[in-house]
Amino acid sequence: MSEPSERPATLEEAIIQVRGLQNRFGDHVVHDQLDLDVMRGEILGVVGGSGSGKSVLLRSIVGLLKPSGGEVRMLGERLDQLSERQRVLLETRCGVLFQQGALFSSLTVTQNVALPLSEHLKLPRADAEHLAEVKLALVGLPPHAGKLSPSELSGGMIKRAALARALALDPDILFLDEPTAGLDPIGAAAFDQLLLTLRNAFGLTVFLVTHDLDTLYTACDRIAVLSDKRVLVADTLSVVEQTDDEWIRDYFHGPRGRSAQSAAHSAREA
Amino acid sequence: MQSEGSPGALQGGESEDSKSLVATGDWTLAHYATLCGEVERWRGAEALELDQVLRLDTAGVVLFARLLGVERLSVVADSDTSLSAERRALLRTVCDALAKVAQQPVARETSALADCLARIGQGVQQHLQNLVGLLGFIGLTLAIGAQVVWRPRRWRINALMSQIQNTGLNALPIVALLTFMIGAVVAFLGATVLEAFGASVYTVDLVAYSFMREFGVLLAAILVAGRTASAFTAQIGSMKVNEEIDALRVQGFDPAEWLILPRVLALLITLPLLAFVGLLSGLLGGGLVALLALEVPLGRIIAIYRDVPLQHFLVGMGKAPVFAFLIAVIGCREGFRVGGSAESVGQHTTSSVVQSIFVVILVDALAALFFMEMGW
Repeated sequence: MSEPSERPATLEEAIIQVRGLQNRFGDHVVHDQLDLDVMRGEILGVVGGSGSGKSVLLRSIVGLLKPSGGEVRMLGERLDQLSERQRVLLETRCGVLFQQGALFSSLTVTQNVALPLSEHLKLPRADAEHLAEVKLALVGLPPHAGKLSPSELSGGMIKRAALARALALDPDILFLDEPTAGLDPIGAAAFDQLLLTLRNAFGLTVFLVTHDLDTLYTACDRIAVLSDKRVLVADTLSVVEQTDDEWIRDYFHGPRGRSAQSAAHSAREA
Repeated sequence: MQSEGSPGALQGGESEDSKSLVATGDWTLAHYATLCGEVERWRGAEALELDQVLRLDTAGVVLFARLLGVERLSVVADSDTSLSAERRALLRTVCDALAKVAQQPVARETSALADCLARIGQGVQQHLQNLVGLLGFIGLTLAIGAQVVWRPRRWRINALMSQIQNTGLNALPIVALLTFMIGAVVAFLGATVLEAFGASVYTVDLVAYSFMREFGVLLAAILVAGRTASAFTAQIGSMKVNEEIDALRVQGFDPAEWLILPRVLALLITLPLLAFVGLLSGLLGGGLVALLALEVPLGRIIAIYRDVPLQHFLVGMGKAPVFAFLIAVIGCREGFRVGGSAESVGQHTTSSVVQSIFVVILVDALAALFFMEMGW
């Protein structure tokens, strides 16, 4: 069930369109004339060297950062042209998993997940917490974890709890910033599988910023390579691998790339 | 979360008594309240057809599970071929998750009286524990201090100097200004009350005795408690949140020696000085009011100040090191008690200010009783 090639056939609708995006901080230009499409139902992996602006791209798509130029359309709407109400409505259809989890440290894990439910939907507390517990079980956290506070969780549990919070409102689009960074290989592999399961069950579209080659090989349908201030190539893994570019060659055909590749191939044969 | 579409509904199947239902419409989070009511109405159903459901999300599946029970719903997920593969995957995944959690949202049973008693009990217990902990911390500080005092190589002179600057020099203007104003206020107060007895000349005595025995040191201590105890707690607390204290420990440094001792020593040095400055500027404020508003001659004021027996000054200043030690120890201890969160830093900062001001006033009151009985 976890083959990337098994994605649904209803893909060819761009759920996120980025056109001519420009981001600059002072004199430092991070993105220039950047175009990118994210199709409905796919898992798009975004890779690039450190400082190539992967997280900045994510932040400008979800509206945390106002781009200096260009436009971002999500579900056909431009975030910056919406009224406050419509904007909140659109934001509730996105879930974001931040790099450090960003769980609210003053709330328990269950309260963290239940917060959007009770605030946006005015659910009674008992119902919201019950749904939150279901979400926590969905991402594979043990039942007792819900009563802990975020500071008592391990790194892997924080990622899972943050994922449960991102999924709280059953979003259409999920943004993940380095979800497997800092996890041990077993935890990271389990996270990849979880991601595929959830995508297949909920029909999620996933925008995944990552450095993890194994994640790219096991979970992603398409890969976008950020380099030189724009998207160098965005296509399936086999096409990206063959692209003639120094960085891509080093990345995918370096020692780590080769081992991830052979691991993925042997897993597929088995 | 999607807002469009009509809320889902349940309808009885072909035969009335078979307890078989057909679900239609949207079963999503946006319609949760309506759907809850619908599920309540049809409790006890045994079979459910899902192929007419338009939209479905986790919340919808949870409600179906409440209606049918998880086991029956997972059978539907596995066997109902009229559903699309994605929908069955959704049912399957949520059913697996549901099997691990309690089925029903549990309403909490509470009784106001029991809650109240429990809180009182908790509060008393916490305060007792807090007191024992504080005594332990004082002991620890004294022990470390006794170890370090014989080894000048382990004195942290730089840290001590920077703490003296922060807690002493930087606090000087505010302490001086505040005690100056309180001195003036006490003088006005004395003038108002004593005038009725034709004894307004004793206003100067009132200011002199009150500031030497009590107000100089008490006001300085309260200001330092608010200003410095909170700073100590916040500094040490954020170090704790950043794991800096653990980093010190694993490198073989004693956090108590590096963080507590310089702070305690700094306050032991600065609070008596601040108290003395407070005393002087209180006398200045009171004297100025007496001179300008009550027209007591300057020579008289100075003579009164000079004739106050030395013991009153000693009784006042003798309390300063005690206050300093208590304030510093409480500030540091609350810092070490901070847990892993930003909220915890705030809580313990508040608690350190409240505790240190409370302790200062309590000790001052006890000392006043004691000195009075002793006739000092």
